[in-house]
Amino acid sequence: MSALGVVGGVVQPVLIVAGSPLLVGLMRQVRARLEGRAGAGVAQPWRDLRKLLRKERITPRGTSEVFRFAPLVLVATTLVVAVVVPFVATESAVDPVADLFAVVALLALGAVALALAGLDTGTAFGGMGASREMTILALVEPTLLVAIFALSVRVGSTNLGAIVSSTLHDPARVISPVSLLAAVALIVVIVAETGRIPVDNPSTHLELTMVHEAMVLEYAGPDLALVELASAMRLSVFLGLLANLFAPWGIATEATPLAVLIGVLALVVKVGVLGGLLAAGEVFVAKLRLFRVPELLAGSSLLALLAVAASFFLA
Amino acid sequence: MLSLWRKIRRTGRVAEPPPPLPEGERPERAALLGGSVQIRHVDAGSCNGCEIEIGSAFGPVHDGERYGARLVASPRHADALLVTGVVTRNMAEPLRRTFDAVPAPKLVVAVGDCARNCGVFAGAYGVAGAVRDVVPVDVEIHGCPPRPEAIVEGLRKLTGR
Repeated sequence: MSALGVVGGVVQPVLIVAGSPLLVGLMRQVRARLEGRAGAGVAQPWRDLRKLLRKERITPRGTSEVFRFAPLVLVATTLVVAVVVPFVATESAVDPVADLFAVVALLALGAVALALAGLDTGTAFGGMGASREMTILALVEPTLLVAIFALSVRVGSTNLGAIVSSTLHDPARVISPVSLLAAVALIVVIVAETGRIPVDNPSTHLELTMVHEAMVLEYAGPDLALVELASAMRLSVFLGLLANLFAPWGIATEATPLAVLIGVLALVVKVGVLGGLLAAGEVFVAKLRLFRVPELLAGSSLLALLAVAASFFLA
Repeated sequence: MLSLWRKIRRTGRVAEPPPPLPEGERPERAALLGGSVQIRHVDAGSCNGCEIEIGSAFGPVHDGERYGARLVASPRHADALLVTGVVTRNMAEPLRRTFDAVPAPKLVVAVGDCARNCGVFAGAYGVAGAVRDVVPVDVEIHGCPPRPEAIVEGLRKLTGR
């Protein structure tokens, strides 16, 4: 465990927890402005969380420990990912966990915990949301693995820190066909995984069109605050991963205060820009019909496979 | 897509400048919410006139969301119920249950003359009463239907922004 790894392991989770609700606020604000509205301000998600934490905790009749522990599992897995993945510093506090497979498995574990909680409520919408989430997850996870795997082939390691440092040393790789194919596949995967338009609409009120929202309909008060915080953190984690896999510039490679500060600023700017682009893109597209979603995900899966093939043949 | 972008550029901001903060007493519990009010709308037997006005209160022109109010899909996520219409016999029990499902501190806003005093439906055979007869009401908004400005003003009493 190096000094840089420890610094990264402390700074990253603090930054992600504090910054992810602001990212959600920024995305809502961008959307509001493009729709001609004034918007509630960037800090509104933090106000929502503060209020939810003060509210009464309600456990619906008939629910079990699965329902109670799911928000904790969701936050905990995302927090581990925020600690280990190279967001601010290239070295990881717990290096073996910064592995491609471990990180993807941790993120999937959180999603599965929430789907089980949706089933546990025993409501029609909870079960429907869980079944849809699992359908999408089953199509998304292989693509996610294969897309990042395509990048790891050249490095010869599935350690995310190693992938990021090697891109840093050899910037020409970013514009190779492998990177471009993998980037497109990863963007589609991130849109699906974080429940944004065109796969899912985070601001919908129609239960029949919900995916993520349908699973959390029964959560109230502090539990809902945890679920909302975790969803925001997952969004920032995925956008941070995308940014650092394909544009790692600015990330700290040594443990000096200046380098870490630059690393923090670079991450904030990159994730902010990506979030703004995602929100602006959402204004221009309509939500896909649920039965069309597998086609979109199959397309991204094909691109990821092509990326892997290209990484073997063009290397 | 390009034409949509041009339309966005041409239209610009349509939200009207915010009117001054409404006067009159705020419900005490609203201060606990700290500028963030999630709202669940319950139609207890409305003619849908109030619904159209609620829709436009959250539309681009009046933009209720900029004051910290937001419509949500579940009473468990909500801080306030926005009840419209007279409470019909069939909706009295669902309204009571929706109220029970909201985590405390909770508030109820009665929107429109029907919700306040049964309006033109007073005494009809299917009517169980006004909203106040079924659940405690904190804020009342009059009008048949109330103007979007009035709805936004009522909601700002809750958010305090």
